Amino acid sequence: MDLTETPELAAFRAEVRAFLAAHAEDYAGGAAKDVRSWQKLLIENGYAARTIPREYGGYGAEPDILKSRIIAEEFIAASAPRGIANQGVSMLVPTLLEVGSEEQKTRWIGPTLRGEIVWCQGYSEPGAGSDLASVQTKAIEDGDDFVISGSKIWTSTAHAAQMMFALIRTEPEAAKHEGISYVLIPMDTPGIEVRPLKTMTGQAEFNEVFFTDVRVPRDQVVGGRGRGWFVANTTLKHERGMLGDPNATEARLNALIELMKTETVDAQRVVDNPIFRDRLMQLQARVLAMKFNGLRLLTSQVTGEGAGVAGLVVKLQGCELNHQLAALAIDALGELGILYHDGPHLRAKGRWQWNYMFDLGLIIGGGTAQIQKNIISERGLGMPREPSAAKA
Amino acid sequence: MRFALSEDQKLLQASVAKALEALSPLERVRRFADQEQETAPDLWGGLTELGLPGLLIAEEHGGLGLGMVEAALAAEALGAAVAPAPFLGSAVLAPLALRLAGSPEQQAQWLPKLAAGEVIAGVAISEAVAGARDGAGVEASDLKLEGKALFALDARGAGLLVVADRKGRLHLAEAASALSPMDSIDATRRLSELTFRGTPAAPLASNQALERLRDAAWIVLAAETLGASQAMLDKAVAYAKERKQFGRVIGSFQAVKHLCAEMAAELEPARALVWYAAYAFDQGLNEAPLMAAHAKAHLSEVGRFVARTATEVHGGIGMTDLLGLHYWFKRIGQNRQLLGGPERVREIAARLQGLVVA
Repeated sequence: MDLTETPELAAFRAEVRAFLAAHAEDYAGGAAKDVRSWQKLLIENGYAARTIPREYGGYGAEPDILKSRIIAEEFIAASAPRGIANQGVSMLVPTLLEVGSEEQKTRWIGPTLRGEIVWCQGYSEPGAGSDLASVQTKAIEDGDDFVISGSKIWTSTAHAAQMMFALIRTEPEAAKHEGISYVLIPMDTPGIEVRPLKTMTGQAEFNEVFFTDVRVPRDQVVGGRGRGWFVANTTLKHERGMLGDPNATEARLNALIELMKTETVDAQRVVDNPIFRDRLMQLQARVLAMKFNGLRLLTSQVTGEGAGVAGLVVKLQGCELNHQLAALAIDALGELGILYHDGPHLRAKGRWQWNYMFDLGLIIGGGTAQIQKNIISERGLGMPREPSAAKA
Repeated sequence: MRFALSEDQKLLQASVAKALEALSPLERVRRFADQEQETAPDLWGGLTELGLPGLLIAEEHGGLGLGMVEAALAAEALGAAVAPAPFLGSAVLAPLALRLAGSPEQQAQWLPKLAAGEVIAGVAISEAVAGARDGAGVEASDLKLEGKALFALDARGAGLLVVADRKGRLHLAEAASALSPMDSIDATRRLSELTFRGTPAAPLASNQALERLRDAAWIVLAAETLGASQAMLDKAVAYAKERKQFGRVIGSFQAVKHLCAEMAAELEPARALVWYAAYAFDQGLNEAPLMAAHAKAHLSEVGRFVARTATEVHGGIGMTDLLGLHYWFKRIGQNRQLLGGPERVREIAARLQGLVVA
């Protein structure tokens, strides 16, 4: 156990801090003035696309988990926006780097990193949720093209995306997991219709996407025909890491503590109510446990030792904790906690209520809590697989 | 930056666990619990060969000179074996009290004997840490102690007592005027009520030592609960892989698997919290008391959840004395209340970060 920073890392931290101080005007108020030029600046300095090779438009640094963490910490401390972190950057790019062809890497990674191409993810279907490998959206060969028909759901940013990476059943004769391909689809192709999917938050954070005889060249497959399931699993692990991020949870706890110290009921601070205080302390302990668990995982990544159960629980526990933090904030606000949308008494622009609703979606999405418990018990504890689910 | 155990620390943990397999199997625990033995000298003797009594004692006094991270690892192994060993009082709190607040003479007199396992030290700080009950409390004047101390740790067979008075100052006494057992749910850790009637005692110097003792006790109790909980989870998983109902092992039913997953999901991050609390204690970080409090309170909650859930996974057999699962259940239950239940400890955690108005 040694949590001190080496002189090299301390110098790196100072460098990041100096960069953020020098460019404070570019992101005043927590958002970049111009998203694309901010992204360009970050890539040039190695604060975005850090380990992506230069020939594909990245910064080309050697992977260094500790430096990446320092960048994350300093950006949070300065309330500086990170670079573009949409699904194209965080999921498609790592996938292409791992299994894409040279032509695909050269063509897609650079523009995606620069924010010129926005991607959406076409995985889930109405009939393929937790059982993702049962996707039915199918492609039929016709000359050099695939002709695709079916539908996708939970497709965030589909309305704004130029491209989709999708799981499509291209080999109808093959077994369930071997008949899927990972296909790149331009969203302006005739036959694609995007419909917003409004959720309980009142907003449409997701879409449905319908395909009617959509023609896509067959060379738009990544990682080989019938290999889509394995290709997708390389990206899903990136998504699960994002969903349980303890840094984001800690930031939310700090906002909650601030809220409980400043909000008053009959001139008494919420935190002076021993019941609320006790609930806050219970959650603080949980946040700390996840934070230190995160440090443990970071070290295991650096040393290459397996993290075992400690890694498998992050999505389940992190998402649950975020939801509970939002729940306590709403309770702490009392009647004010029900306000939403707009109005003079609304707190934090209604963010706590929005989080409380939206985060329930994150408990379900990206592998439901129940699927996570299957993973923990099967891979972490070595318990038997569900017999019928394994065979279907 | 490295948030992981060192090779030496892993080795220590493994060797304590291995020694306990031989020294403290369930039959031995049961014999201690059933026969109302005062102490288990065979067990403590075996652990002395590993240097456990002197873990925190400097090498110049015959100890290993290690820190709270190592103490937490040992405590985890002791908890996993529900070992009836005077570790918390004699190997952690008393040496720490002497190190922090003892004069060079007091240290030279007692530390080598404690390190060698020749003397066991009892510790009575319950009133000062968890609050006075039933009028208990010790007054000190003219090098004499007067009054009662409840929930004294490791006091049976002890040749030295560390006693906190009502003002939180610490004293060394060689024996109490009277000792009566306090029967608790956990027969593997004996608690005592001590009575002092003009008992000769020597004060320890520092007034700050009590807070450090409290933090150390909280970390060790949390680590013990971690070990006991992990043992219960392991037993539940092993049982669920063997036990058949409806023609299947019950561990293939999601209802059972998910209980096990929930236990693991609660327990594994708690391990990192215990490690960090111990690390912060060793480094003397400002946040060390807060982390100790959170470790104690959080492991109390996680422990309670695991203790009941692991028992449930076993079904009816989990309730029986035959299986003996209840020893772990009770150790976890005792650790939760000992030196402050979670509500009290969380209130202190809030106070430590200025969230409580004077």
